Amino acid sequence: MGKRPRTLFDKIWDAHLVDTLDDGTGLIYIDRHLVHEVTSPQAFEGLRLAGRAVRRPGATLAVADHNVPTTDRAGGIKDEESRIQVETLERNAKAAGITYFGMDDDRQGIVHVIGPEQGLTLPGTTIVCGDSHTSTHGAFGALAFGIGTSEVEHVLATQTLLQVRAKNMRIEVTGSLGRGISAKDVILAIIGQIGTAGATGHVVEYAGSVIRGLSIEGRMTVCNMSIEAGARAGLIAPDATTFAYLKGRPMAPKAGAWEAAERFWASLPTDRGAKFNKRVTLNGAAIQPMVTWGTSPQDVLPIGASVPDPADEEDPDKRRSMERSLGYMGLEPGKPLREIRIDKVFIGSCTNARIEDLRAAAGVAKGGKVAKHVQALVVPGSGLVKAQAEAEGLDAVFRAAGFEWREPGCSMCLAMNADRLEPGERCASTSNRNFEGRQGRGGRTHLVGPEMAAAAALAGTLTDVRERIG
Amino acid sequence: MQAFTTLRGVAAPLDMVNVDTDMIIPKQFLKTIERTGLGRGLFYELRTDAKGNKKGDFVLDRPAYRAAKILVAGRNFGCGSSREHAPWALLDAGIRCVIASSFADIFFNNCFKNGILPVILPEETVKAMLKDAENGANAVFSVDLAAQTVTRPDGQTVSFDIDPARKQHLLKGLDDIGLTLEKKRSIDDYEKRQRQEQPWLATR
Ligand code: SF4
Repeated sequence: MGKRPRTLFDKIWDAHLVDTLDDGTGLIYIDRHLVHEVTSPQAFEGLRLAGRAVRRPGATLAVADHNVPTTDRAGGIKDEESRIQVETLERNAKAAGITYFGMDDDRQGIVHVIGPEQGLTLPGTTIVCGDSHTSTHGAFGALAFGIGTSEVEHVLATQTLLQVRAKNMRIEVTGSLGRGISAKDVILAIIGQIGTAGATGHVVEYAGSVIRGLSIEGRMTVCNMSIEAGARAGLIAPDATTFAYLKGRPMAPKAGAWEAAERFWASLPTDRGAKFNKRVTLNGAAIQPMVTWGTSPQDVLPIGASVPDPADEEDPDKRRSMERSLGYMGLEPGKPLREIRIDKVFIGSCTNARIEDLRAAAGVAKGGKVAKHVQALVVPGSGLVKAQAEAEGLDAVFRAAGFEWREPGCSMCLAMNADRLEPGERCASTSNRNFEGRQGRGGRTHLVGPEMAAAAALAGTLTDVRERIG
Repeated sequence: MQAFTTLRGVAAPLDMVNVDTDMIIPKQFLKTIERTGLGRGLFYELRTDAKGNKKGDFVLDRPAYRAAKILVAGRNFGCGSSREHAPWALLDAGIRCVIASSFADIFFNNCFKNGILPVILPEETVKAMLKDAENGANAVFSVDLAAQTVTRPDGQTVSFDIDPARKQHLLKGLDDIGLTLEKKRSIDDYEKRQRQEQPWLATR
């Protein structure tokens, strides 16, 4: 045959190329488009001003997640600006004939949780959303990436995007994970190793026995934070785990089409001998429970470590940024991470608010009590996750341990609603960004996995979850 | 979109690495349904105290830089979220060009959709330009996109690389959507083919 071996990314790219412009830019077809209230109003407005229509409303799904309250919703949204944004989305979606999950719909939730849940996310497809964590959907072997509002408008109008082809990068995690180590620890360890710009310009394919061994939820956690490594997108080859998750989902192929779909999906994995521009390998067995100490996701260390000393850093830029981080975080070099006292715990976000995350956290919380000085929130990723958790009695476990059980949404991941940190407050959070002010002005975020977050809530400090699970 | 051809103006130094989009425009400003007026939120938390009063010491608030059109910054500028509010805020505050040794992908892309030129130069050059930019009102730079050059205050001219397609778009201020709509035939054909090959993807 002599056909050039291709990566999973190459195959999806090639299959979606509608046209190549004279200057080499690709016009690629977009199969699925997710829309939320924060990054879409200006796009719909742009269409209206130009008198343009939405090309394929059926390929688009709209949901409000960033601004919605996570407490009782009977009274609607109190904050006027937030309410206007949500109402604007609803109006825009209806006018264009786009399916919209409203706040009272069971299927409402964080856009990156509901896409997979509905079976909208399928292997080999292209998926975009005006949100950087669209990379989550790569867990299914879909090419999924975040776009700006101008591009949201472009996709609405044309169902395509102008794109410069990204490069291929492969990150392999070999061996197997130790006891108590989660997918979050895997991706934090990867970011710690390659840095927040380590994958800039690349689509990362995660591979190796550790990745293959992860559940689909765990794979989503890994792909979700690809953006924190600078990647354009993350990808994991579809396999039996993927197919089992998808079967029977509302938007997944129905009986009759399923066999053909599965055959096609099985042809997607990277060919032997395909070329990657960059390769990184991590030993899975060496990965520890991870926690961030600074204000960038790359400021991450195993829980057994201590706050690093900027004086040991040779690069002056890095030293200055470390000093700034530690000042903001209110931490002294040399302090053991496990002695850091926390005020709040947030279990939620598109990184870690799926059913498996809640099961894992509840497993740690069971029978314990949240420390007196700690407020702990559990915010399910969607209405369906919430219902499932309640059917399994997880809400009761959390409540009995003193956690608050909330309505689904982005919540304290970015604090656009009422859930936020006060200045100086410190939080163990399962979200994905620890930037200055991310969870509230002056708030201090330590990124961890769901088990580590639950353990921290009980201990009242950052702690090693492995000591709690015996 | 506003075209970008040449630009002459004061450059403000922002000597920080990994400037993220939460820093450029914090979330409380994302609740708008407009594209304009975001300048008031630009670097809000660096510029104000806890009560929201301007501190006055942030570089863009110092008299010499109030009319700055260019920002010189540390590596990995614009990392974080996809919010186009970040370039909108820069634009609204009069910044048309950002110079750094590297940018995060989505922010970089968003700049081109809004007539902002992100210039990538080697780390040492950016360091030297940060020094130049510290000279207050004398820190006048000239940028020429067609020639792909930045002229420093001392007259020295530095060349930069840029993707030719992106360059043309900026120079002409092209409407991407309008151009793509001209490809309607190819898009129709593509959809027809996809319906045959992957019928399970068909929707309205
Ligand atoms: S949960 Fe956080 S990161 Fe995810 S989409 Fe919502 S705001 Fe963005």
